[in-house]
Amino acid sequence: MNPDPPGNEPYGTPYAAAQAVNDWYELFSRGSRDWLRHSEKIREAVRDHLPQIVSGSDIISDDGARTVRVPVRMLEHYRFRLRTDSEPQGVGQGAAKPGDLLGPANAGSKPGGKGAGGTERGSAELLLEFKVNDIIEWMWDELKLPNLQPRVGQSEEADWKREGWDRRGARSRLDRRRSLKESVKRRALESSAPSFIDEDLRFRQLTRRRQPALRAAVFFLLDVSASMTDADRQLAKTFFFWVAAGLRREYRSLDIVFVAHTTDAWEFGESDFFKVAGSGGTVASAGLRKVTEIMQERFDPATCNVYLFYASDGDNAMDDREPARAALESIAKAARYSGYVEITSGLRSTQSETARLFDELGVHGSAVGRCSIKDPNDVIAAVRHFFTLESQSAATGAAPGSEP
Amino acid sequence: MKPDWRSHLPRLEDLAREHGLSWSPVIFEAVPDSFMTEIAVYGLPVRMPHWSFGARYIYQLLQRHMGYSRLFEVVFPGNPGRAYVASSNGLADNVLVAAHVLGHADFSKNNLLFRRSQEQVSEHIIEHAASHARQIERDIEAHGFNAVERVLDAALSLEQYIDIDCGLRREPYPEYEPPPPPVSDDAFRSRFATLDGDDKAAPQSRRIRAPLPPHPEKDLLWFIAMYASDMESWERDIFLAVRAESFYFYPVYATQTMNEGWASYWHARLLREADFIAQDTYLDAIKCHSDVVRPVAAEEQIALAVNPYHLGFTLWEEIIKEGGIDAARQIVREDDDFSFLRNHLTRERAAEMGLFRYQKQANGPVKVLSEDIDELREAILKDKYNFGAPRVSVAEVRSNGTLVLEHHSDIDKRGLDTDCAKKVLEYVAHVWRRPVVLKTIDAASKTVEVSTTPAA
Repeated sequence: MNPDPPGNEPYGTPYAAAQAVNDWYELFSRGSRDWLRHSEKIREAVRDHLPQIVSGSDIISDDGARTVRVPVRMLEHYRFRLRTDSEPQGVGQGAAKPGDLLGPANAGSKPGGKGAGGTERGSAELLLEFKVNDIIEWMWDELKLPNLQPRVGQSEEADWKREGWDRRGARSRLDRRRSLKESVKRRALESSAPSFIDEDLRFRQLTRRRQPALRAAVFFLLDVSASMTDADRQLAKTFFFWVAAGLRREYRSLDIVFVAHTTDAWEFGESDFFKVAGSGGTVASAGLRKVTEIMQERFDPATCNVYLFYASDGDNAMDDREPARAALESIAKAARYSGYVEITSGLRSTQSETARLFDELGVHGSAVGRCSIKDPNDVIAAVRHFFTLESQSAATGAAPGSEP
Repeated sequence: MKPDWRSHLPRLEDLAREHGLSWSPVIFEAVPDSFMTEIAVYGLPVRMPHWSFGARYIYQLLQRHMGYSRLFEVVFPGNPGRAYVASSNGLADNVLVAAHVLGHADFSKNNLLFRRSQEQVSEHIIEHAASHARQIERDIEAHGFNAVERVLDAALSLEQYIDIDCGLRREPYPEYEPPPPPVSDDAFRSRFATLDGDDKAAPQSRRIRAPLPPHPEKDLLWFIAMYASDMESWERDIFLAVRAESFYFYPVYATQTMNEGWASYWHARLLREADFIAQDTYLDAIKCHSDVVRPVAAEEQIALAVNPYHLGFTLWEEIIKEGGIDAARQIVREDDDFSFLRNHLTRERAAEMGLFRYQKQANGPVKVLSEDIDELREAILKDKYNFGAPRVSVAEVRSNGTLVLEHHSDIDKRGLDTDCAKKVLEYVAHVWRRPVVLKTIDAASKTVEVSTTPAA
């Protein structure tokens, strides 16, 4: 009757062995490991969609925000699947007669009807948190200030560098690998020696080294006149935010000067700059002159790499054309690069007043460039445009003051 | 300490044997809930790593967390079989689970589909799957994580495409067309042969190279592993490992209703007859039973899905009531869900259970359709063919190596989601190393081709 091994004997052992819940189950989770890989893949995917994240303009409004939250769909592992049926049929159970109309279809979430292969689409959304610094790191892998050159003068600085090992030092600089090596060496010679003694310990040492510094000052000039809508201003500020964050990461001794202008111009602190709003007409020369003024006062182009980035919608007062041209020319001559970001959220096809100024300078061989931002997705492209063109403008040999 | 449920096991087993159940030994193991979730998501306690399992794992954890469903046990057929029970189960839960597991173990030992699959895949699927996983870990060390992951992307996305009828171990196709059948040797032929004539040059039978594949091939995993010309051997092995696991999964999938129903029938019956179980334990266990097999959630009147536990349980009760246990045992041996439902879900039984077909109307209410037992059965079964996946097979390999897949929209009545299909083709093209094309139909029933070429 029972072809199985007789009695309960064969079961005895496995049951006994299974009595204790195996502890290792708690230690290692395949699910979590593969979940981590899934998250990693999402991060990779998000990197590819950086523009959309970068345009999340609320990042810049909050000074303390060090992370960005991005809602993402779970990644789907694709399989062949039929097109969605607009009127799917199914089988149900309960008190219903043919012809009955049941309430609006809310998906029957009974545990019963689930496919073993997990064919239904999980529609959970995740909220991923990204460190602003990480995003900057992704963006900035290849971004550089154009035409940056070492400048002599007060441009050398001493810095602490790691160099060599010693038997004494701060605990935080203990080099465990080296200490272990010493211990192994010692124990190879003596028998029955203690595993670690003080003489084994090795500490990393620091020393001061002088390094040539790359001194640089970057001017952000923002047009906040009435013609710039809130959205325009937000785009410009987003651009400036990422440029500032990225430059800070790349260059330690970097000065960033924030200037806003309407018919007049003012210098701002960083946090105020990102909140600034204005009204009134547009006189670009006012802003440009302010930049020149600050430059002469604090940043001598001879010892300092100077950069200008100007964001505007391109409308400049007609009678300001000549003053603006003159002011811009003098800046372009001194600066290593001048960039113009045109915010064109409205429809415009013709060349704007300000764009023409920059283009003319470019034709005459100054290191200038421009780029336009139409919507938030363009921000990252604009950042890339300006900070990857080093070789390009070096090729034109247009950098002012660059000796062959 | 509470009385341990294991103390009831020997007597439950005796009772089951008296009823004629027979099973291979089962090893019970209590594991934490998170591990139960993993088993459910991976389908096997140790399985190859892949990020899609991770996504499903988190999704399931969330579902569990929100109290949607709970797993009491998972059984793996084999010799010995293995049953994992949640360590959070109470005493009554586990008594029920033990009886339930005996039902499953009896089913998988006696059902022919299970027996055939275990003959082919082995009775030790858990160990095999673990060794696949270990091999894949070694592949990762040898070839890098990304390379292995891309092969798994392809293999697992085609997981459902096996041909159960051709079996696990298959010979490659014959290279040439079979020779024409010998001419029959009747009186006319033999006289004809004696006639004079310059028939010395009998028609030289030239061998004709067979097309590839000679017939539409359903087993995509096998076909790609065998005929992808530039695939590395470790990549083929991954495809074949995924394929072997699918062969193991097939009977589990294709007998779900019968199997769960049978196990539920036996846990209910064994518990009812087990006089050695304390009354309160019995009541708790039977309450748990009725939660499992109830057709409609407690607070609702109507469900838009069929609970396979309920359907199977009800049918087995009726079958055993009318035909006796021996008739039921024959059905256990010989049927799968398709024949089970077609033979035994009669109009009366369907009406008694209140089964109905419905159609969700676009942005509107759900309409209950006319009663028709044949259509009702087919509606229940329609998602069970081929693991519920659309039917796709290899149509041809073109002379430039392009793999042509064809979706049988005539059977599925609808085309494939082409965006999705494109992604699958991208996975496949990576291992096929040459262009891959898929034919399906669009919303207007016109043939469309989706194609992709492997990235350089």
